[in-house]
Amino acid sequence: MADSSFIYVTYIRTTPDQLWRALTTPEFMSQYWLGATADADWRVGGSWKLVFTDGRVADQGEIVEFQPPQRLAIKWRNEWNPEFKAEGWSHCLMELEPKDETVKLTVTHTMERENAKFIGAVGGGWPQILSNLKSLLETGQVILKPKA
Amino acid sequence: MNDDAVFKALADASRRQLLDRLHDRNGQTLSELCEGLEMSRQAVTKHLTVLEEANLVATRRDGREKLHFLNPAPIQQIADRWMGKFDPGRLQALANLKRALEGDPDP
Repeated sequence: MADSSFIYVTYIRTTPDQLWRALTTPEFMSQYWLGATADADWRVGGSWKLVFTDGRVADQGEIVEFQPPQRLAIKWRNEWNPEFKAEGWSHCLMELEPKDETVKLTVTHTMERENAKFIGAVGGGWPQILSNLKSLLETGQVILKPKA
Repeated sequence: MNDDAVFKALADASRRQLLDRLHDRNGQTLSELCEGLEMSRQAVTKHLTVLEEANLVATRRDGREKLHFLNPAPIQQIADRWMGKFDPGRLQALANLKRALEGDPDP
């Protein structure tokens, strides 16, 4: 398989609607996304940007699937790092499945390129962001604060 | 999250070897994982089942094949337990935000 992929599966004690809102609301996102937040037109074909607090664009792309509260997929390219940007487009799918008292969240971030450095990098970022998200929804506080 | 299942899964060297292989190259089929290992295919299957039940391995179908992926979440959650910090000020700010978002009708 000549792709690079990162998968993260976590079970969060919340509802699909709450989790969906946390994934698509800028005010919520800035609390757990280590200071960045999304600026997007939330519909299939809509533009999507991840923006740092100082306004710089971190990543940008387009929403390719939008089925609340089950599936969100984004065509995604990094903008701030030239090496990652040169690797081109990635695909990020977020799937929400209710499971007993929790929601199973599966994030699958892939690129049609072997040993993509960008996918290696998001493999470091996603666990922190998703761990913060789980903590925020379950306890009201995050574990990792954004850098000052 | 079942911590015991995770620790038991990690307590076996062969299973750690399988996780190492997936960390090296994610998204492998059963056949790919068996290549060059001294373990039988049956043994690998058994180990993968234990790893999947502990949520350390996630699977997806790609056509007829089943691909295995390393899922770092359970290990992350164990690490967070002893690495997280408590901040009362932030807790209040988040509680206010939560109330504000829940009080608003949908935009």
